[in-house]
Amino acid sequence: MYNKRIVIPGLAVFVLFVTFPFWYNGLSAGPVPKLELPPGGEKECVAPVSEMRAKHMKLLNQWRDEVIREGKREPITVGGKEYIKSLQLACMECHSNKEKFCDECHVYVDVKPYCWNCHISPAEIEAKNKETH
Amino acid sequence: MDNNRRKFLKMAGATALAGIGAPAVVQLTASPALASSSAGHGAAAGAHGEAGHGEEAHSGIRLGLLIDMRKLYGKPELIDKAINACNKAHNVPKIDSKKSEVKWIWKTPFPNAFPEHSHYHYPKQAKDNQFPVLCNHCDNPPCVRVCPTKATFKEEETGIVAMDYHRCIGCRFCMMGCPYGARSFNWFDPRPYIEEYNPSFPTRMRGVVEKCTFCDERLARGEEPACVEAVKETGAFVFGDLNDPNSEIRKILDKEPTIQRKPALGTKPSVFYIV
Repeated sequence: MYNKRIVIPGLAVFVLFVTFPFWYNGLSAGPVPKLELPPGGEKECVAPVSEMRAKHMKLLNQWRDEVIREGKREPITVGGKEYIKSLQLACMECHSNKEKFCDECHVYVDVKPYCWNCHISPAEIEAKNKETH
Repeated sequence: MDNNRRKFLKMAGATALAGIGAPAVVQLTASPALASSSAGHGAAAGAHGEAGHGEEAHSGIRLGLLIDMRKLYGKPELIDKAINACNKAHNVPKIDSKKSEVKWIWKTPFPNAFPEHSHYHYPKQAKDNQFPVLCNHCDNPPCVRVCPTKATFKEEETGIVAMDYHRCIGCRFCMMGCPYGARSFNWFDPRPYIEEYNPSFPTRMRGVVEKCTFCDERLARGEEPACVEAVKETGAFVFGDLNDPNSEIRKILDKEPTIQRKPALGTKPSVFYIV
């Protein structure tokens, strides 16, 4: 091997640099986010917890496409309860605290879903409508 | 390789023959298919061309609105009531700037709304009054044709020209395409300009184009559009299916003379006016 003296320390520096975020935080991923479960005490969602945890974004996209593009706005019934296909009008009915439910995980994993650029959370509605009254 | 001149000339001759003969062969074998496809195109183009005026091409439900100005002359407060109901229902921001304002339904003078009808000595009451105008939900919508992402599209079940804000990239081609100025662009975040939120409807974000959607979210709940409901008691706004011969709107259209905005453009609006 040529230039062993340069290549091997160089590789070592590279690996250290790439893994910087991990060892800088002491190989810990920080405190796991704690979600606020629905304040109203609802236990059932439109799908089991594991599925919602993994696929809620796909479900929301599916609802969005069905409602807006295909005109299929009829509510879905899960476990005897009717849910309309809406983030703002269905999800937020139970998970009424966006800051302690949605944001908790999204901030932790550093994703920035653009749902809330248009859809308004209960807290935002309350803040706005209080200021005008 | 023992190619000689004789062999080369034979090959060249055969190739030339094949080259000359090929178009004839293609024409013979493929002509029925070609002919039928070009006829199909011709027929489609013909149907579109003819559809510019007169009979509608759209079948099924086609929602439309009739505005009876005779019931609104001298009562601008009724038009304001309809406008405010719409703005409130859809979280429409109130921006005091001609360039940046957002309009779903608004008031405009007769010559602006109906340039083709504003000849010498048009009725005085039309001169003295403002006209409510909104998206015409055209049967042949230019905005839909120019949208590169299909963010605006024609709902086949209702004839509504709908908006999918999730897809809008803010290119504003639709604003160029719309001959009625019915589309508004969000130059900045509209939220600070919304006076009060309607909790059951989203806002829009910076960089999307918005317009009247004939309240498709209200129709889905079995309600009438907000503007129609706001002035319900006057009967000035009549909403219904233009293709249903028994609908209230159709009965009035069959009986009364109505005008439309810029009909000569062939967009086939779904909004009618009695002046």
